[in-house]
Amino acid sequence: MITLEKVSFTYRSGQRALQEIDLNLEGGDFIAIMGENGAGKTTLAKHLNGLLKPSQGRVLVDGEDTRKVSVARLSRKVGLVFQNPDHLLFSETVKDEVAFGLKNFGFAPEVVHNQVMRTLEALGLSEYAETSPFLLSGGERKRVALAAILATEPDYLILDEPTIGQDYQQKERLRNFILQLYSQGKAVVMITHDVEFVAESNPKVILLSQGRIVAQGPADSVLSKDELVKKASLVRPQMSRLFGELTKYGLPSDVVDVHRARILLEEKLSEAKVRVAQNS
Amino acid sequence: MSLRTLEGFKFSTLKTPVHLLDPRTKFLLVIAVLVPALLFANIYVMIALLLSQVPLLFVGKVARRWALSLRAGVFLSALIFVVNLFTGSYLSAIALTLRFLVLLTSFSLFFMTTSPDDLGLALDRIGAVRWLSRRWLGYPNALSFTFTTAVRLVPTLAVDAQTVVDAQRSRGLELDKGNLLKRVRNYIPILIPLLLIAIRRSLELAEALESRGFPGKEGRTSLFQLKLRPVDYSIIAVSLAIIGISFWVYFHYKIPVL
Repeated sequence: MITLEKVSFTYRSGQRALQEIDLNLEGGDFIAIMGENGAGKTTLAKHLNGLLKPSQGRVLVDGEDTRKVSVARLSRKVGLVFQNPDHLLFSETVKDEVAFGLKNFGFAPEVVHNQVMRTLEALGLSEYAETSPFLLSGGERKRVALAAILATEPDYLILDEPTIGQDYQQKERLRNFILQLYSQGKAVVMITHDVEFVAESNPKVILLSQGRIVAQGPADSVLSKDELVKKASLVRPQMSRLFGELTKYGLPSDVVDVHRARILLEEKLSEAKVRVAQNS
Repeated sequence: MSLRTLEGFKFSTLKTPVHLLDPRTKFLLVIAVLVPALLFANIYVMIALLLSQVPLLFVGKVARRWALSLRAGVFLSALIFVVNLFTGSYLSAIALTLRFLVLLTSFSLFFMTTSPDDLGLALDRIGAVRWLSRRWLGYPNALSFTFTTAVRLVPTLAVDAQTVVDAQRSRGLELDKGNLLKRVRNYIPILIPLLLIAIRRSLELAEALESRGFPGKEGRTSLFQLKLRPVDYSIIAVSLAIIGISFWVYFHYKIPVL
């Protein structure tokens, strides 16, 4: 479990990035952190594996205070995938790139090999195993970066803007992948502006604004509230905007995903169909 | 990796009399310090040169940051001192270490009080630079523009460097682990992404410039014009005098270390 207790953080420049953040993260959790640019999302993510230490309050990873443990040791449990893959890719082949973390953590060569191959397979990158990561497209590089972290099998996976530069099918694959991970008992935290992606995945949403948590709860209750969403400089997902207009037909206003929308609309339409049949 | 070392060379946006001097004047002043510092390996000369710059540091309100850059220079000073102990007397070792501090101080004073934009403008006004630029790159402002861009990108690259370090540490990289060779190798995962980011950015910058019509017409104008004021002329005169006297003394007398 990762616990943040009244965590505040001020950069050396004097900029206050986080203010009294309380947060719990357990296996099986799926959390989306959303908020305007500069709200403190990435700063928060860097606290989870000890890259940044809180100015006040404390962060505990499985009971260990991040101020007392090395980043390397915390990274064994907490995998942080950076937003821009260009900040971490450096190896000659995709295979070496994915193996880098495992080697740093001191795994035996055959374990490294198996783990690398399995991860590449899972992310659909097997065919690029011997390719230079720099020859891949932006979206593929991003997946290699994800693979590089996933290969070490962290208990907590932190993704900074995972959907940027991914086409819709890739996003769909990513969603399924995340689903698989947290149903296996891992914790997944996703930092994103992608309202539609969050609406369809239905995680717990934490809204950050100016370094504070302004709202948290299930995606459908948070993302369907105009005043909350505006605070974090977002707009409601399309389904929520549609259902917001349809309340006069007795439909609920907190619908954000296609799946639930379909069930509710089917119900309404079949009722209407029955009524038309009775009338004629 | 401490990026704070660079603090002592970063421009500070202040409007002190030192900041307001013409960049060409300040550069001449740097040369006026450089020439005697390099011609004479004499302890008194070095101390005098060092002390003469202290008031400027205070007027320019950069004394504290200068101290920071000195702290970063301690290791190198020690190295210079030790190496020169082996090759000469301890007096000349002291003199050469002081020479290093004099050079460090004058360059750091120059860069801390001269905005990169002013520097670019000044370069643009130097005929030789324009001529070279036209011969090599086909456009008189190209060299000064390259210089300003390079200076401008340093802080951006510093931010990138920090992110790369963070990203690799998150993958279990420990920079200060292992023997000396291992430690040097530890920096490969930092340097390669940084280099590639820099190359990619410069290509993007080139495309962005071209799509905005760079280099444009011959004889680009500038919103800000550099103008030499009476203060500048007097400092230029003093600087030229120092340079002249230094050479005269150098060719007529032999100056001992102490």
